[in-house]
Amino acid sequence: MTFPGPATPPPPPPQPPIPSQTTPALAGDARTSLLTRLRSLPLLWPIVALLVLLLVDLIHSPAFFHIRLINTAAAGEAAHWQFFGSPIDILNRGAPVMLMALGMAMVIGTGGIDLSVGAVMAISGAIAAAMLVPNQTAFIGMTPKGTAAAILLGLLLAGLAGVWNGVLVAIFRVQPIVATLVLMVAGRGIAQLITRDLQPAIPESTWPAFAYLGRGTLFWLPVPVTVVTLVAIATILITRLTALGLFIESIGNNPVASAYAGVPARLVTILAYTFSGLCAGLAGLIQSSNVMSADPNKTGLNRELDAILAVAVGGTALTGGRFSLIGALLGALIMQTLDTTILTSSLPSETTMVVEAIVVIAICLLQSEKLRSLVVRAFSVLWPRATA
Amino acid sequence: MAEGDRVKQALRILRSPLLSTALVLLLLILFGWIKYPGFGSAFTFVTLIQDHSHLGIVAVGVTLVILSGGIDLSVGAAIGLGTVVMAVMMQHHYSVGLAIAATILLLTVGGALQGLIVHGFTVPPFLITLGGMFLYRGCALLITTDQIPVRNPGFDAISNISYRFLPWMHFKPTPSVSLQGILLVAVLIVAGVMLRWTRFGRNIYAVGGSESSALLMGLPVARTKIAVYAWSGLCAGIASLSALVGQPAGAALRAQGLELDAIAVAVIGGTLLTGGVGSATGTFMGLVIYGVIEKIVSFQGALPAWTRITVGALLLAFILLQQWLRRFATRDAAA
Repeated sequence: MTFPGPATPPPPPPQPPIPSQTTPALAGDARTSLLTRLRSLPLLWPIVALLVLLLVDLIHSPAFFHIRLINTAAAGEAAHWQFFGSPIDILNRGAPVMLMALGMAMVIGTGGIDLSVGAVMAISGAIAAAMLVPNQTAFIGMTPKGTAAAILLGLLLAGLAGVWNGVLVAIFRVQPIVATLVLMVAGRGIAQLITRDLQPAIPESTWPAFAYLGRGTLFWLPVPVTVVTLVAIATILITRLTALGLFIESIGNNPVASAYAGVPARLVTILAYTFSGLCAGLAGLIQSSNVMSADPNKTGLNRELDAILAVAVGGTALTGGRFSLIGALLGALIMQTLDTTILTSSLPSETTMVVEAIVVIAICLLQSEKLRSLVVRAFSVLWPRATA
Repeated sequence: MAEGDRVKQALRILRSPLLSTALVLLLLILFGWIKYPGFGSAFTFVTLIQDHSHLGIVAVGVTLVILSGGIDLSVGAAIGLGTVVMAVMMQHHYSVGLAIAATILLLTVGGALQGLIVHGFTVPPFLITLGGMFLYRGCALLITTDQIPVRNPGFDAISNISYRFLPWMHFKPTPSVSLQGILLVAVLIVAGVMLRWTRFGRNIYAVGGSESSALLMGLPVARTKIAVYAWSGLCAGIASLSALVGQPAGAALRAQGLELDAIAVAVIGGTLLTGGVGSATGTFMGLVIYGVIEKIVSFQGALPAWTRITVGALLLAFILLQQWLRRFATRDAAA
């Protein structure tokens, strides 16, 4: 595979110098190493951004962090405790994009990109609706198959979509943007076919188990939040405790060299795309369970861009070769917090897109080596001792 | 030896993606013609071009960007913003000419700025134009979330411009093409001439083929790359005029997802997404293929979803074909 431009990771922070040095030089070195260290800490800026946003929220509404544990059970039912509060809301609403960002981070780690996740969301939602309310979809006359079938089939189709993308990229060596563009264009059409371009409503009274996925409570948290947490923990453990994460990054750095080094490059690439598809499928199921409907035209529209954005905001360079799952989660949270901040502030809600645009462009510029070296040069002119 | 070279030459032409595009187009039209009477009439063809005029115009813009090795995702949102700006300016009684000129200028400058950032800071064009897309859409929404109908006699006069072609042939009814069609054809001709016969056009191919080689050859890489994005913005401006003529109401959410269709049209027209290969003619054929597929789907009475699926399948076929051709090319180069 010939992916463009292997990313060279920044050098590790230099070891602190031997302490027996003169004080002025040490001060200069300390500043330099602080600068270098700041530049080499990928998660610093996302965390700062999130904290700043949360601070703005806190100043704006002091009750922002007021999280309560409330019993939502009606009188006479068993106790049913759930956390409530703005942060929980942000987590809950951000869950689909957080899931997709996990998958996207892996794919971007291999040096690829997955544009099809929005369409895959629509497909999994549509097939779930087809299993639950077949008469409102293209499966007229079929008996409803139940929640388990809906979820399994949704995930199966989404996984297949991922395999398809992976095979195009790894076996047929199609450029990832192009390979996933095919499904991005056609996938929504498939979802429209499944639902006959309708928006089937799934009655909650008939399918309480399906509604639980997007509206229920598990471990005192909304189910989507719990699902994201579990998936995230599992993914981080699998990629960082085994060599899988390293394999992915080596493929992103140089697919040919890693294949020569014995990394099963094709298999790992296909796995990354499959995982991304599965995450998108799960996100689609959560979304349609949340609204108890499947809209093939609107579900997941532009969500692929949100997921890519979340990964980029989280400090993962789009050139591949490195990925940070926690960064991706943070990125998705930043975007969702930004959304919520604008909605709860007095600004018109239409500002969201403009602010998002500014964030995207700013992130790109921050990641630009050219701009960084310019800044460092300007810095060294203004403050020569720091970089001496 | 000469004989072998000639055979090789012929084979090379046969392998050109443009030929497969033409072949697909021919087959589709034949299919439509045999199956549905009246499918192949000039009238169908003209309405097809008029209906997809704004898609075609931005596709031509995007083609040049892709040729230079970049991508532009902002064109759909640019049309949304363009229609809103034009409609709002006319609502506030600015003259029609000023509204159109200001919109086109705004989007051209916007495109140039994106090009400047992409080239100046070597950031991925995918992300910067994605930011541009959000910015355009967001600004349009900030201006208004309503549909602004255009009620302006001057604009109506412009909308009614049409060109009656082949009057001496005495067709009944006389075929005529509306302003939308005229705009598309004009943009196509300008792009075609520019790509083939101007220094700027040749520079685009050189930059898209290999940016570092172009730089070493002393070609103005920076100027070319920025100009290409500006051109895409210009096309988006003209396309918003065309869209407004077709449906005289400005709305921020118009032309959602159009950028993808434009890229698909360019690829089906034989443009390589890695840059350096493609043509305006090819993109025009891609547009007609897109239109013909839509027509056939609607004639069949099938769900409109089939258009997307067929376009996706064609996209796949062309991508695999390009892949195969490239493998051939590298083998030729190695031999």
